[in-house]
Amino acid sequence: MTDSVYAPKPARLAEIRPMTELEKLFVIEFPDGSSLGHQPGQFVMLSIPGVGEAPISVSSSPSRSNGRFELCVRRIGDVTTALHRMKPGDWVGIRGPFGHGFPIEQMRGKDILFAPGGLGLAPLRSLINQVLDERGSFGRVIILYGAKRPAELLFRDELEQWAARDDVEFHVTVDRGDETWTGNIGVITTLFPKVTVDPRNTVAVTCGPPIMYRFVLIELLGKGIPETQIYLSLERRMKCGLAKCGHCQINHLYACKEGPVFTYAQIKNVPEAL
Amino acid sequence: MRLRILPKEQVPGMVRALMADYRVWGPKAKGPQFAFEPLYDPAEMRLDYNISILSPKVALQPPQERIAVFRLGDGFTVEPVIEAEPTVIFGMHTCDLHALALLDKAFSADFPDAHYLERRQKTLIVSIECLQPCDEHSFCKSMGTWTADSGYDLHLIDLGETYGVYVGTGAGEALLTKYAQARPATDADVRRLNEVLSAKWPRFQHRLNFDAAELPSLLATAYDHPIWAELGERCLSCGSCTNVCPTCYCFNVIDSPDLSLKEAVRLRRWDSCQLDEFARVASGENFREARAARQRHRMFRKGKWLYERFGELGCVGCGRCIRACLTHINIVDTFNAIHASQHRR
Repeated sequence: MTDSVYAPKPARLAEIRPMTELEKLFVIEFPDGSSLGHQPGQFVMLSIPGVGEAPISVSSSPSRSNGRFELCVRRIGDVTTALHRMKPGDWVGIRGPFGHGFPIEQMRGKDILFAPGGLGLAPLRSLINQVLDERGSFGRVIILYGAKRPAELLFRDELEQWAARDDVEFHVTVDRGDETWTGNIGVITTLFPKVTVDPRNTVAVTCGPPIMYRFVLIELLGKGIPETQIYLSLERRMKCGLAKCGHCQINHLYACKEGPVFTYAQIKNVPEAL
Repeated sequence: MRLRILPKEQVPGMVRALMADYRVWGPKAKGPQFAFEPLYDPAEMRLDYNISILSPKVALQPPQERIAVFRLGDGFTVEPVIEAEPTVIFGMHTCDLHALALLDKAFSADFPDAHYLERRQKTLIVSIECLQPCDEHSFCKSMGTWTADSGYDLHLIDLGETYGVYVGTGAGEALLTKYAQARPATDADVRRLNEVLSAKWPRFQHRLNFDAAELPSLLATAYDHPIWAELGERCLSCGSCTNVCPTCYCFNVIDSPDLSLKEAVRLRRWDSCQLDEFARVASGENFREARAARQRHRMFRKGKWLYERFGELGCVGCGRCIRACLTHINIVDTFNAIHASQHRR
């Protein structure tokens, strides 16, 4: 029988970790033990049989694959709501990985400034952990993470580990604190004055809601980081992941093919991008 | 390429014979208009049609098709559905033939799409030369699609009592040999062909006020043109323009369970960049919220972006989107207006 690029491969939910009110981490494995073979920044098309399919970025690092991969998923639409109702051992469908991820080879030797906002940490965590697993081949690692509320912080145990490391400069802020929060309060841009960077030797990696990009870009460009060294991961509606269905187009670009990771230089003159 | 002659009285018999071995699609009357549909009787075929409401892409990318079946239970299995049967599309006009070249590239690129490509591979094309424009909305002459010298298996030219037949492929040759008795053309036939074509060319008018090859560069500086806001005011976001377009191939993918919940089908359905939700993500963010932006998107795809990706313009000048538009949005007038404003001193 001829194969179809639209037929997903069955995979099993090996583990489900609650993260916040809206987000859970799904640890997934293929029954034959094969690895996903992704690069940080790539995404998969996740099927819930009988419900539908949605594009989800891969949250785990290839350096920690161990025959499994992880998707950090917010409960927001039909597919993700169905996924959130599932239990370990349940089956989902996977197509991919798709798209253009972060070019880690070009980042080696450089200082890396990560600026995830909210759920934007989900795709960036893949790269952050790969960089940390190969810590010696990178310069400074700076993480500036912003969330709306303390209760919305993702990967809390890993945040603590990053904060505790001497070789990671970690700053986190929330837009609004609560009675337990003693840390920074303010939007993500309030973290930028805390760090000084060598702009020519720094690569910036950011992901967050569209409104955040506008202000984070001002900060990054204000630090003198070249447009070709600023990487963004963009979210779009997708129905195929194969540069065909048309939904993810950003003017002439297909987010599923040329993206979802773009340099700012690539998209600064593409009006629909940001 | 040697011209053959097919007497017109042979065509019904040829179509009937083809129907035994192929699904044959042809132009049929549909009220006062015409539609490409499977033929059940050769007499239904109207090779004198002006234009079909939907392009013959319906035979290759149906408005809705099953692409996979899920069997649900403890876990699930998934089976691709490739629905391809030996098919002949009879009577395709050359604008649609040019459009097909673009669809072929789009479905072959990057990740080959077996659903389209297997169907395409099993499809033979018998095209027919248009000897007059469909109506005042045709602008195939401007787009260079009013004739074709490739893309078909057989190509017919109406010579009055007979059709002149050009053979484009070996499969076309085999089809002609098996299903008809065409004879070689005589000098008189060739003279008749020359008369017919000489009479054709002046009947068609250029309707773009510039060379279509300039479209990509023309649009390159037209992104912020005020005309998009004007079109946005008028557009109803109904998606008629994209449904009738022979080069529009964007689609939605929908999973639908059956009543027993033991099976679900994955459907592919035509979609339209003109619909409000086309670029909306689950969080509610809509990346092309304004109708003006959606009309601009369509026109840029037709005149620039598809060309840059596949080397073919996304518009073949059939005029269907103009005829279908309830508020008279006109792609020719739009392109001409942009050209005029950029060349005004």
